[in-house]
Amino acid sequence: MAEDFHHALKFKYDLCIGCAHCTGICPTMAIHIEDGHPQLNPNRCVDCGRCYQACPVNAIYIEQDDFETVYNCKYPVLLLPSIFTAQFEEKIKEKTILSALYHLGFKHVFEVEKSVDFIKEEMQKTVNENNGFKPIISTFCPAIVRLIQVKFPVLVQNLYLLKPPLDLTALYIRKLLTEEDNIPVEDIGIFYVTPCAAKIAAIKSPATEEESYVTGVINMNYLYNKVMRVIKQGEYKLCEDSRTHNHRLSKSSLNYTLTGGEVNLLKNGRNLAIDGIHNVSDFLEKLEDEDIQDIGYLELRACDESCAGGILCANNRFLTAERQRKRMQRSPDEIDAEDNDLLNYVDHLNEHKRVLGEVEPRSMDKMDDNMAVAMQKMRKAFEINQNLPQVDCRICGYQSCKALSEAVVNGQAEIEQCVFVQRALEHSEKLSFLDAMRVNIKIWGAKKNDPAIAKNLNL
Amino acid sequence: MDFIYHVEGGDFTNAGSTSSEVKRMLKKLGVSPEIVKRTVVALYEAEVNIVAHAYRGDISVNLEEDRIHIILADEGPGIPNVDWAMQKGNSTASPKVREMGFGAGMGLPNIKNNSDELNIQTEVGKGTTIDFTNYFTH
Repeated sequence: MAEDFHHALKFKYDLCIGCAHCTGICPTMAIHIEDGHPQLNPNRCVDCGRCYQACPVNAIYIEQDDFETVYNCKYPVLLLPSIFTAQFEEKIKEKTILSALYHLGFKHVFEVEKSVDFIKEEMQKTVNENNGFKPIISTFCPAIVRLIQVKFPVLVQNLYLLKPPLDLTALYIRKLLTEEDNIPVEDIGIFYVTPCAAKIAAIKSPATEEESYVTGVINMNYLYNKVMRVIKQGEYKLCEDSRTHNHRLSKSSLNYTLTGGEVNLLKNGRNLAIDGIHNVSDFLEKLEDEDIQDIGYLELRACDESCAGGILCANNRFLTAERQRKRMQRSPDEIDAEDNDLLNYVDHLNEHKRVLGEVEPRSMDKMDDNMAVAMQKMRKAFEINQNLPQVDCRICGYQSCKALSEAVVNGQAEIEQCVFVQRALEHSEKLSFLDAMRVNIKIWGAKKNDPAIAKNLNL
Repeated sequence: MDFIYHVEGGDFTNAGSTSSEVKRMLKKLGVSPEIVKRTVVALYEAEVNIVAHAYRGDISVNLEEDRIHIILADEGPGIPNVDWAMQKGNSTASPKVREMGFGAGMGLPNIKNNSDELNIQTEVGKGTTIDFTNYFTH
């Protein structure tokens, strides 16, 4: 078994009320409840962040690097997704936002999508010349890459191993600062502002053995708060950055981060864009089941409205996408090397554009490494499941009756955790009331099973 | 493990649900992706054949640790000349159907290519039974 995935999503048990909303929404059945709190199966979780959105008490947080590391760095630069500026109210201009970022100590701010002008040509060429597996599946969204690894291992071979904009732009920044500006490489800190947990996880433990060029990660909502404060308190001076004064991105670069952004770059053929991890999952099931012919390229994004709907975005996703589109209207259709310096480094990017190593399939569905044992387990789980109520009430602590039956055969859960089975056993006097209570306490903790509840309710 | 699924002729909306179910079981068993794909392609093709041509049919799936054996028995028109239909490109589809892009004569050959053992029995006016086995280790 490969090493466990790194996860950016963490639980705060002191805030958690044990409501199991996270258990219910998870697209990979990665969470179950024990001792009143969620437990994460690290090999199933894909860091999509649906649980983070579902939690009613903010008991799930996303780890980030300490902001102090920015101050400790001699030459910190910011790698900023263009969606960041789209979070703000329209009356706060882009120039103001950037000035606030310089005020916070960043030497330069580079927008991530600068490399889309490079990617555009690459993608078209790859799709046109593809004689291999069809469709080519985008690797832009790291939650989707992991979803494919664990749930659709057959499709790993379809993944497009071109580095995403984040890595390509970081590659360019490093080259530019070391060669043009003669800054020692150890002094440079490239800080990426992330709209989601999946990007953090991908940087901290990439899907392949390749190391990231990014020094640190800052959560987008955290930086949004910092910038808002600087702006509201009027602490900043309007200023321009000699390196990145041309903050112009082309229409298609700005669009890249929204749903359809990749597909719109492709001029011909049949290409599809799908957002929302549950939608993606449904579609990939279909793709596995049937021969869906002639799709050249599949753009798949875990969040509804793509990165505008990232779980670390500060604003409503539709308003964010709206502001992004307004910026697109003001932006040029095409941008050349004069306005986008990155295009002067095409040779360097070409040299490093491929993701090194391979993305390994790591099926989570397999019930055992030994097929005979897997067969026995499957048979047993099937039998158990047939006797469960199919209510998927989650009182057992698992997402569904099916999930419980599999946990039982894997020795992770007891069949008595099902409340219907408990009743049946009590009825036939095979389980005492107190034993049933003990099982419930093991799942939900003592507080939810406290006899004092009856008194509090005047019953 | 044995399962039986019923397929109704003409119900294109649900065509493919059996192959999807079988795929999920094979993944749990840890069958290699290529063999999962082969099995799903063969089964899907055969399942759609029932939906498209027969009145109704039953799919019996027998799953063991080393192989999957599937029997698709339908009540339908039968295939007048199986050997001919097994040839790539041969199809009984009318020109009208072909114009829409169906009836390329790939159905049975595709099942054959994606199964380790295949046996077809058919009687005109009664129905067809397609019986195939895929092994999990080569």
